[in-house]
Amino acid sequence: MEFITAENVTFYYENDDEQQNSIIKNAIDGVSLEVKKGEFIALLGHNGCGKSTMAKHFNAMLLPQGGSVYVDGIDTKTEGKTFDIRKQVGLVLQNPDNQLVASIVEEDVAFGPENLGIPPKKIRERVDNALKAVDMYEYRKHAPYKLSGGQKQRIAIAGIIAMEPDCIVLDEPTAMLDPKGRDEVLKAIQKLNKENNITIILITHYMDEAVLADRVIVMDKGKILTQGKPREVFSQVHLLKKHRLDVPQATELAYKLKCSGVKIDKMPLTDEECVEMLEGILK
Amino acid sequence: MSIIETRDLSFVYGIDTPFEKRAVNNVNIKIEQGEFIGIMGHTGSGKSTFVQMLNGLIKPTSGQVLLNGKDIWENPKEIRKVRFQVGMVFQYPEYQLFEETVYKDISFGPKNMGLTDSEIDKRVRDAARFVDLSGELLFKSPFDLSGGEKRRAAIAGVLAMDPDVLILDEPTAGLDPMGRDILLSQICQYHKQRKNTVLLVSHSMEDIARVSDKIMVMNKSNLEMFDKTKNVFSQNKHLEEIGLRVPQITKIMASLNEKGYDFSEGILTVEQAFAEILTKLNKEGKLW
Amino acid sequence: MVRDVTLGQYLPGNSLIHRMDARAKIVLLISFIVMIFCAFNFVSLALTAAVTILIVISSGIPLKMYLKSLKVIIFIVVITSVLNLFYGTGDPLWQWGFLKITWSGISRAIFVTIRIICLILATSALTFTTSPTNLTDALERLMKPLKVFHIKVHEIAMMMTIALRFIPTLLEETDKIMQAQKARGADMDSGNIIQRIKALIPVLIPLFVSSFRRAYELAMAMECRCYQGGEGRTKMKVLHMSAIDYIMIALMAVVLAGVIFCNIFFWELV
Repeated sequence: MEFITAENVTFYYENDDEQQNSIIKNAIDGVSLEVKKGEFIALLGHNGCGKSTMAKHFNAMLLPQGGSVYVDGIDTKTEGKTFDIRKQVGLVLQNPDNQLVASIVEEDVAFGPENLGIPPKKIRERVDNALKAVDMYEYRKHAPYKLSGGQKQRIAIAGIIAMEPDCIVLDEPTAMLDPKGRDEVLKAIQKLNKENNITIILITHYMDEAVLADRVIVMDKGKILTQGKPREVFSQVHLLKKHRLDVPQATELAYKLKCSGVKIDKMPLTDEECVEMLEGILK
Repeated sequence: MSIIETRDLSFVYGIDTPFEKRAVNNVNIKIEQGEFIGIMGHTGSGKSTFVQMLNGLIKPTSGQVLLNGKDIWENPKEIRKVRFQVGMVFQYPEYQLFEETVYKDISFGPKNMGLTDSEIDKRVRDAARFVDLSGELLFKSPFDLSGGEKRRAAIAGVLAMDPDVLILDEPTAGLDPMGRDILLSQICQYHKQRKNTVLLVSHSMEDIARVSDKIMVMNKSNLEMFDKTKNVFSQNKHLEEIGLRVPQITKIMASLNEKGYDFSEGILTVEQAFAEILTKLNKEGKLW
Repeated sequence: MVRDVTLGQYLPGNSLIHRMDARAKIVLLISFIVMIFCAFNFVSLALTAAVTILIVISSGIPLKMYLKSLKVIIFIVVITSVLNLFYGTGDPLWQWGFLKITWSGISRAIFVTIRIICLILATSALTFTTSPTNLTDALERLMKPLKVFHIKVHEIAMMMTIALRFIPTLLEETDKIMQAQKARGADMDSGNIIQRIKALIPVLIPLFVSSFRRAYELAMAMECRCYQGGEGRTKMKVLHMSAIDYIMIALMAVVLAGVIFCNIFFWELV
């Protein structure tokens, strides 16, 4: 069943600067896509390709200028439904420092449910569950500014989970983190997808993160360039390289070998797959 | 003589208080003129404190930093001069832009050096050229630039001081792959032309593998390794033990060697791996 | 470093004072401040000091933290007590030119010192034991009657919550920007006042710009989390006045009466 549907969405930022007009940054130019319930989607592309603009359409932070976005069957343009949609689709932003409101972890996580007018006892339950889901329960009394980037970002995710959404959109949540923080956040995202069956839309420009998704959508200049299973998408090394996007090194090596005439049936994505493939051809 | 040498360099935060914390512990290192050094280590390993001691932004609690053989703290009043010789680009440097135009912002450093107007103009234009900021962009407000352009303008602000040693703390953090590639090749280009010493702090093993001659690894306030890039990345297991990774391609080739193949140790790029595999296939006649 | 500020820091715990209602604590602090300035003689001052010590002990916060918050204002304490020292009247005990020290000067200096210390300790006890959200929540509730005058009580409380949350972040950022500008040769440690103020421009402008960016992003994040103002909001931690709070308020009333009584009864001890 489709949970989110975008139909031919267009959106342009108004820009007074004449020079910028020719470039039209961050715009969306006729994007249609569907997201199924429980799916894990990676949305890939350069800065300014429109992926963040797209993200804000999923929870009615932006409304399409042309076309429509439906969340669970409801048009995001429907008046009076904005907050119902935001409750269902949570948005996590890039900089964890700028999305935490309160000075104590658990009080910050409670912010969302408090806005929804949930009774106090229920909020407590939700906050505890949300913190446990991202493995930050033991930090519930800490001050956010003393935590690491990865921990802060997981608190931000907990703040969204506490609203019990069906879907979480994460707009480059790992861009400002170190490798350890990235791992922590990715593990939390995967766990939420698998165990809590939350639909995930992960916006990123790290290829190794996109590999984890069920489906990868690549955007370029406000349009969808290609989409499919990670293996299908990353096999198109030539196309991705042409648009100066990364491919995993394992896939790139296989592609080069294939181009020089080595027979390769299955394009590898991970280290293990690549070692296996190389063993096969070297044997 | 090494351009930078440290002798038992240490820094302790909150010395003589209950919050005492050792950030850098007895680091001895010699960096030669013209080397490109990659610095790795996870957050809190002491690498940021270490590089900030090299240009006198942090004063060591014990030990010495020698710049061209001279202790930089010999005359504390002259410490600003050291900062002109050892340029430092911080993480997210675009957040330090403040002037009305990009041109003025880049000239902030040279102005503080007390250079003549014509010399300042030359340096600003040279620095801007290195990071590919074209003429008309120079007279825009830095706040009107795109993210990548802001980053490059801020880096130009340090390049314009023409430092003998350039330290960059995660210059590519937060950029997309294209922005990262462009910036890295600009830094390499700059290094090649100026033949100066560059220290690059990065979490991206792939970036470090691509550009550095030598790598310094920091772990828990100590200098864990300091060796040629190839040799450091050959120590796959050791790096993983201290929570660091090697580039994917290096790992793949290392696991093949473990299974009895004889590829070179410490392969760093896809091109290198490709060439070696192809040679092997050719030799064995498996590639028709 | 700018980061070592303990002011407004909350230290979670489970002491008697931690468990008290934030509204009660604010009311108690206000009456305690009144009491400090009502203490006119040594007996009432001793009583005030004793209450302060009781507060500090029952807060369960390590003495070290209190000393840290005193350290910040030690300069002010020293200046005011020295000034008071020379302000006395009566026979001089020691004189040098127009400077003279008298018994009344000494007693004034001791008075002022003890008063300031009590004030700081009691205020710290409140911030140490009350989470910022509870504190602003309590203020919101206490200020509720002001709504009659169309004062936006909820918005003020929300602003205070956010300010408390961002103080450490902005202090850290100031530090970073200063280091970055120093690396470009900015000279912030020498020169006269005007030069020093000028040297701050490269720090202040980036700080403003980034504060606006943060404010914009925070507003967006709050909207994403369904924030729509104070209407229809609930609270996870509901303020609840219990027996302890009423007892404490009653006790405070007794002590305050005691102080006033001491002032009248021992008036000759001033």
